[in-house]
Amino acid sequence: MTPRAEGEKKGRDVRLMQGNEACAEGALAAGCRFFAGYPITPSSEIAEVLSLYLPRVGGNFIQMEDEIASIAAVIGASIAGVKSMTATSGPGFSLKQENIGFACMAEIPCVIIDVMRSGPSTGHPTGPSQADLMQTRWGTHGDHPMIVLVPSSVREVFSETIRAFNLAERFRTPVILLMDEILAHMREKVVIPDPAEYSVVDRLSPGGPKDKYLPYANDRDVSPLAAFGEGYRFHITGLYHDETGFPTGLPEQVRCQAERLIGKIERGAEEIRNVEQIVPEDQQGSLDTVVVAFGSTARAANHAVKEAWQRGKNVGFFRPVTIWPFPIRELGEFCRGVRRIIVPELSFGQLAGEVRKWIEPSSRLVPLNRVDALPISPEEILDRILEVD
Amino acid sequence: MSNRVEVRFSGSGGQGIILAGVILAEAAAIYDDKNAVQSQSYGPEARGGASKAEVIISEGEIDYPKATNIDILLALTQVSCDKYSSDLKPGGILIVDPQEVKKVPKGEFTVYSVPIFQVAGEKIGRRIVGNIVALGAVVGLTGVVSRKAIEEAVLSRVPRGTEELNLKALQAGLEEAERLKAK
Repeated sequence: MTPRAEGEKKGRDVRLMQGNEACAEGALAAGCRFFAGYPITPSSEIAEVLSLYLPRVGGNFIQMEDEIASIAAVIGASIAGVKSMTATSGPGFSLKQENIGFACMAEIPCVIIDVMRSGPSTGHPTGPSQADLMQTRWGTHGDHPMIVLVPSSVREVFSETIRAFNLAERFRTPVILLMDEILAHMREKVVIPDPAEYSVVDRLSPGGPKDKYLPYANDRDVSPLAAFGEGYRFHITGLYHDETGFPTGLPEQVRCQAERLIGKIERGAEEIRNVEQIVPEDQQGSLDTVVVAFGSTARAANHAVKEAWQRGKNVGFFRPVTIWPFPIRELGEFCRGVRRIIVPELSFGQLAGEVRKWIEPSSRLVPLNRVDALPISPEEILDRILEVD
Repeated sequence: MSNRVEVRFSGSGGQGIILAGVILAEAAAIYDDKNAVQSQSYGPEARGGASKAEVIISEGEIDYPKATNIDILLALTQVSCDKYSSDLKPGGILIVDPQEVKKVPKGEFTVYSVPIFQVAGEKIGRRIVGNIVALGAVVGLTGVVSRKAIEEAVLSRVPRGTEELNLKALQAGLEEAERLKAK
């Protein structure tokens, strides 16, 4: 584990950290004080670090009997007013889907970390992959909102984990932070920022009389959330409910809740979205080619794009940092008039399929897929950029 | 990208290859204040078979975190040398332990033979510090990080009570490098 004292000697807190360690540190910085999980490769170090540090800051760590119980405990802790999270990989992420839907429906803030390994079922535990992308969006059933963040450096894992908690609290919804095995296990330099350099958001607490509290008011997107046990009486259910939280089947009330659930994220999308866009310094006219990538693959793509500039190619680089809600407007503007869009990813084309929906029909989409549990190299992407067509 | 230096340590599980990689990366990132990324082969092969740890060091941002065009390769077993030496770039440096690596691959790179485990066993009296001897040899032969940085990084990583032993091992590696360079 990272020696904490060393960097501090020099006045700045500089550390070489794994992505998983940075995630745990980011969670602590964001105010997370409860973790329940069932360790699984390649996410286990998150649990390992939090099991050590949470008790030191007055928090709780529980290794549960399985992944379903873990997410249930996380939801319970959040309802009690404590910022909570769990971490898992594909097999565990599948098991958590039902309760993720419950948290969406009941509007319980929480953070779920999914470190992708390859394959369906137990797959290849130590092989990197990016094939849970669609599961993060549509893994749980029914129309539901979803916020998913996809960092691509260890430093960004730290800051995006803080942002995941902030968004969960701000929008009263589960937020997923999606990493791959490469990012989770590689060590990289991180200068831990001073707490004054980042903001931490807490959920709204209800004021007003306790017997008038409405946890699901229809006149606003996000209502304050009372901690259970504070004396506010309300009901929590996975059924459609009215403003008090009690189940309803009345069409008008069902429609109201359903629309607000989706609408709160749609209306907040500008606040949630985050992308990185890079164009050549001497760019003139519109780009010829754009490479779209996320996570660790984006680092190979970034390298390849810079190599292509050296060879005089007019190539741009587009990286979603928030992947859901999808950066429809940003991608559309960046790719306007572009001849060719290359999408490298460690899956059979989950990102490419989404990109295809939002680009001009005249742009040619070139998928670059790798599914042998090895990373895509910059050379493979450069070859595709230089390909004569 | 020209100041990007790619280092790969290879050997077999249990030789301390990954710890050596972490220490080198910490020397660069924390004590020399450069950027560094460290990654490793992860999985069953890391326990027994050929294992590797990679470190990329640069003054600037490091985008791709894996080694593809290696400047410095350390090989502590024949198997790992055979498996991992093909990415060594022309003009690169290959450091082998001659007791383990009998067949040295041919190429446009400089080869240094450092009896790492012999030094660890006979000079220091503990074969287990071979990885630290290796670090000393690598730093002495390549200057990839400063001596002060590697010393501080070793001290901050090794278990309490073993500082002196490990510093001796590091020094022995540096001396081997000096001896070779003087030739």
